[in-house]
Amino acid sequence: MGIRSLGKRYGSGESIVSQGAVGNCMYVIQEGQAEVYREENGRDIRMAVLKEGDFFGEMSIFDHEVRAATVRALGDVRVLTIDKKTFMRRIQKDPSLAFDIVRTMSQRIRQLNSDLAEMRARESAE
Amino acid sequence: MRKSPTSIEDRLAVGLSESSDPVALENGSRVGVIGGGPAGSFFSVFLLKMADTIGLDVDIDIYEPRHFVHQGPAGCNHCGGIVSEFLVQLLAAEGFRLPSHVVQRGIDSYMLHMDVGTVRIDTPLEEKRIAAVYRGNGPRDALPVDVVGFDRHLQDLAVSRGAKIRRQLVNQVSWEEDRPHVQCSTGPSEIYDLVVVAAGINSNVLQRIEGLEFGYRIPETVRTFICEFHLGEETIRKNLGTSMHVFLLDIPRLEFAAIIPKGDFVTLCLLGDEIDDSLVTTFLDAPEVRACFPKEIVPSTVCHCFPRINVKAAVRPFTDRIVLIGDSGVTRLYKDGIGAAYRTAKAAARTAVFHGISDEAFTKHYWPTCRQIDVDNSIGRLMFTVSHAVQKTRLTRRALLRMTATEQMRAGDRRHMSSVLWDLFTGSAPYREILFRTFRPAFVARLGWNLIAGNVAPKSLASTNGRPTNGDANGH
Repeated sequence: MGIRSLGKRYGSGESIVSQGAVGNCMYVIQEGQAEVYREENGRDIRMAVLKEGDFFGEMSIFDHEVRAATVRALGDVRVLTIDKKTFMRRIQKDPSLAFDIVRTMSQRIRQLNSDLAEMRARESAE
Repeated sequence: MRKSPTSIEDRLAVGLSESSDPVALENGSRVGVIGGGPAGSFFSVFLLKMADTIGLDVDIDIYEPRHFVHQGPAGCNHCGGIVSEFLVQLLAAEGFRLPSHVVQRGIDSYMLHMDVGTVRIDTPLEEKRIAAVYRGNGPRDALPVDVVGFDRHLQDLAVSRGAKIRRQLVNQVSWEEDRPHVQCSTGPSEIYDLVVVAAGINSNVLQRIEGLEFGYRIPETVRTFICEFHLGEETIRKNLGTSMHVFLLDIPRLEFAAIIPKGDFVTLCLLGDEIDDSLVTTFLDAPEVRACFPKEIVPSTVCHCFPRINVKAAVRPFTDRIVLIGDSGVTRLYKDGIGAAYRTAKAAARTAVFHGISDEAFTKHYWPTCRQIDVDNSIGRLMFTVSHAVQKTRLTRRALLRMTATEQMRAGDRRHMSSVLWDLFTGSAPYREILFRTFRPAFVARLGWNLIAGNVAPKSLASTNGRPTNGDANGH
């Protein structure tokens, strides 16, 4: 992870984005892994582990809400920032730019639906 | 004139009529792409990706004799090899990751060298967002390392999407029975539904296309100079760091000069009006240039060339079933050629998939992208004229240096001059946008103040002259 890498380096455990913070960019992992945590009732709940090529923070690009979760480096990680202004201005001219992001968001919603259904099924079984 | 659509029904009607081009790609259509550089590979990836979204099944053949795996000229595409900050972000958003075996060095800053001093301009987020890449597989005599050239990387992506590579040199494009034919030196001619010419400006294929007499004229070009020096990674880290070094020197006919660190080598690019040996010698003799090399001695080059670059758009780069993209059509003046290849390739792919492949479809949906780049280049020419005036006047050079250095030292300040220079050097913003920024009252007022302060008390410049640039030192 040296001179031939793009983005910014974060050391293990370092926060890349923090839950509740205002965000004006999204991120793409170039090298390494990061973990997504959400704080609920004083407990950190791990939501996902992201790897090379995955992006996060995209919700803040499309809405004006604060960050929904904290993302921390899992070992050394290198992350590239995509500015909201750069991205949104380009999308006005080329809407297909958002295609991969929309597809990933769609996959994440499918996963959430599946997790929710599984959770409800478990609750009703109890 | 057609009434502009207002209701949803009107818009749908217009949308349907726009997509019902009489000449369109269908399932099983064959597309021939001449040239497997960035424009050809980007086009192939986008066409296959967009076609997939609407369930359209097309075959793509990319004609590219080079493998981009040989060192030196045989595998090279004769280019400085910079992927701009803007393009790096767009590619990342589209899922094109540039891995470390493709990136020769991540660039996080620019060092601007002038006779009155040197100033470092950091990337806005202090992050490596500019990629220095090899277009081939490294310079002549480079040690075999785990390196993949940018062109090869994109070509592999196109192949992974389903494009087929034909390692053949196209020597004729003809028109028979309403379809374009592609002829190589061996084998029968191939018939295609669409031929995309992404051959680059130094290719003979463009003359064949001009000979088809649909109105295409090859873009105007000028001669540039590119060379490689072997310095070794450690020396590069100490002397050049992770910065791209640009020069504003009063040398006639020189528009732009940059030294780009890459792995064990550095690339020197000189752009201007017909660069020749004498201009190269004058440039390399300049003390500001020599100061970038160990003991102020410029080493021998390991590889050099005088490639031509496109400086004015082609006339009519399309007709029914034929479209020219990248340098064969239009590119950005002096900067971001790979970015222009991306834009024209995507616009052509979008037109072919969603609007048709007729002359009319390309006029309506592809030409505006080319035109936008061409108009912006006219503004770019104006900006380079202004840059020339700055280069010639010590007074303005001092003001520019002072204003930039002051902005870089004060964290949180609005970076008026820094952002103008950054975008001008990196090609991250259209020239029009950069020009408008220089009209802002705050920019004009600050420049005015620095013209006075920088020249009344020029001694103060000494404290702002170039901070050391060292990739490791700043934690990247």
